[in-house]
Amino acid sequence: MTTTLKHTRYVIGENLITFAAFALFLALALMAILGPAIAPYSPLTTNSAIALQSPSLAHWFGTDQLGRDVLSRVMVATRLDLGIAVLAVALSFVVGSFLGTCAGYFGGWTDRIISRCIDTLMAFPLFVLAMGLVAALGNSIENIIYATAMINLPLYTRVIRSEVLVRRSAGFVEAARLTGNGDWRIMAYHLFPNVLPVMMVHVSLNMGWAILNAAGLSFIGLGVQPPTAEWGIMVAEGATYIVSGEWWLALFPGAVLMLAVFCFNLLGDGLRDLIDPRMRT
Amino acid sequence: MTQLQPHFANALPHLPPPLLRVENLCKVFPVGKAAQLHAVDQVSFQIQPGESLGLVGESGCGKSTLIRLITRLLDVTSGEIYFDDALLSTTAARQFPRSQHRASLQLVFQDPTDSLNPRFSAYDTIADPIRRLSPQQDKQQLQARVAELADWVGLPQDLLSRFPHQLSGGQKARVGIARAIALNPKLLVLDEPTSALDVSVQAVILHLLADLKQRLGMSYLFVSHDLNVIRLLCDRVLVMYLGKIVESGPVDQIFSHPQHPYTEALISAIPSFESKPHPIALTGEPRSPINPAPQVCRLYGRCPRGEDRCQQVMPELQAIAPNHQVACHFPVSAAADSRD
Repeated sequence: MTTTLKHTRYVIGENLITFAAFALFLALALMAILGPAIAPYSPLTTNSAIALQSPSLAHWFGTDQLGRDVLSRVMVATRLDLGIAVLAVALSFVVGSFLGTCAGYFGGWTDRIISRCIDTLMAFPLFVLAMGLVAALGNSIENIIYATAMINLPLYTRVIRSEVLVRRSAGFVEAARLTGNGDWRIMAYHLFPNVLPVMMVHVSLNMGWAILNAAGLSFIGLGVQPPTAEWGIMVAEGATYIVSGEWWLALFPGAVLMLAVFCFNLLGDGLRDLIDPRMRT
Repeated sequence: MTQLQPHFANALPHLPPPLLRVENLCKVFPVGKAAQLHAVDQVSFQIQPGESLGLVGESGCGKSTLIRLITRLLDVTSGEIYFDDALLSTTAARQFPRSQHRASLQLVFQDPTDSLNPRFSAYDTIADPIRRLSPQQDKQQLQARVAELADWVGLPQDLLSRFPHQLSGGQKARVGIARAIALNPKLLVLDEPTSALDVSVQAVILHLLADLKQRLGMSYLFVSHDLNVIRLLCDRVLVMYLGKIVESGPVDQIFSHPQHPYTEALISAIPSFESKPHPIALTGEPRSPINPAPQVCRLYGRCPRGEDRCQQVMPELQAIAPNHQVACHFPVSAAADSRD
C-alpha cells in the first residue's frame, strides 16, 4: 500500500502536466461533491431585478436572463455533468471489456458476431445515433447515460479485442492454462489486467468526450431540460445573448466545460503510468 | 555396440510400464483451401519413469507442436497419448486444466520473458499452480511452499516480490522452472529452456535442471537445438525431421553411430575444436510440410543417399538394434552393423 502511495506521488511529482491534470481533476471532483453546499446562491431562484448583470464582486460570473447567479449554476451543474459522463463511461467500459475480451480470446464465430454488431453501430454517425436513442427512449437522464454508453461501446470493444488478440498466444497465457486456469479465469485474471493500462488512457480521453456528448445533447434540447443547471443548456441559453453583448452567460459554462474535457484528456497519460507496473522503478 | 547389446537385451523384459506412451500421433493444421500442414505425422514413442528423453530437429520440424500436443495445450488430429496408463488425447485441450493429470504434466517455456505474466510478481507466478491445482492450502503453507521452491531453484527470497521486468533472464528462467515443478510433476517437458539465455547462465540452469531431476525423480522430455546439451542431460534421443521421427536411440549410440543420413549430418555439424571431417552439407530445398506426398521420404531431395526407392516407399521406423530405431532405406552403417 505504501509503495502504491509512493509511486502515485512519484508519478504526479515527476510530470508538471500530470500534476496540473490531477489538480484540476481534484477541483472538479470536489465541486461535484460539494457544489450545492458551497454555491453562494441558489441555482434555481429567479430575481428579475438583477437579470443580465455583468460579472461583479457579488456575482463573479454575472447573472442570467432570469437573474440567477451563473457561478452557482456552473458549480451545481458539475455533479450532473460529471455523473452522466462517469456512469456512461463505466457502463460502456464494463460491457465493452466483456465483449472485447470474449471476441479477442475466443476468436472464430464469437469474434465474427461481436465484431459485426459493433461495425453496425460504427456505421451510424455517432452523435446522430445518440440523438435518435434519446428521442426514441424519452428525455431522461438515464437515457442520456444509455445513449452515451452505447455510442462509446465500439471504441472499448475494438481496442480491448485487439489488445487481447495480440496477447492470446503469449507464453504466459499458455503457462496459465498449464497451471490449471480455465478460459474465464485466464481472461479475467491473466489477460484483462494486462490490457488495463492501455485502457486507462482511452477511458480518460473518452470521459472528456462523454462530457461533451452529454452537454451536446442538452444543447440541442434533448436530455436534461431547463431549468436544471447543466453546462450544455446554459451554453445554449446564453448563446442567444452573445450578439446583444451579454457574453458571460455562455462563456463561463463553456470555459468550465472545456477545462473538464482538457483535464480528462491530460489525465490519461498519468493514469497509465500509475497502473502499469513496468513504470515502477 | 557389442557391449551394449546384451545389456539392453536383458533390460527389456524388466522395463516398468512407460510413463508416457504416444501412438501414431498426428497434428494437421488447415492452411487455406484444401491445403493441410502436417506438423506432426504418425509419431510414436515412449518415456519411462525417471528417463530423460531428448528431442532434436531443425526449426519448423514440429517439435513445438509435438510438445504442445503432449502437454495438452493443443488438440490432437489423430493418435493417442497415454500418460500413467490413462488416455489423455480424448480430453479436449480446453477441458484439460480441470483434469487430474494436469499437475503431473508440466512445461518449461523457451522464452522466460514471454512466459511470465508481466503483472504477476514472482511469488504470484510460482503460487498460481498451487492455488489452482492443490487441495485447499492456507496462506502460511503456501508461503512456505513457495519459499521452498525458490530455494530449490536458487532464487533469492527477496526477489519473490519483484515483477518480471525487474528480474534478469536467468532469474526469470528460475521462476519459470519453479512454477513448473511446484506441483511435483511426473513429466517435465523442457522447450529449449536455455536458448534465450547467456552461455554462462545456460550452464548454471542446466546444472540446476540435472539436480532437480535427481531430487524430484521426474522424467524429462528435453527439446533443444543444442546437441551438446542433449548429450549431457539425456538418456535417449529422438531425431525429428518435418513432422516425423527419423531416428531414436540411446544418446551414446546416436552420437557415435548415427544411422539416419539426417542425424549424421546434424551430428557432423556440431562445432568442435578437434580436427574432424567437414560437416556434411544437406543441399537442396527442404520438402514442404503442406500436403506432403505420403510415399516420399521427407528428406528426399536433400539426402545425399536418396535413391528412387525413397520416393516410392516411405521408410518406416525399424529397429536396427535393441532400442535403436531408424526410418531409412539406406542407413549409414547398415553394412558395418551386420558385421558388428
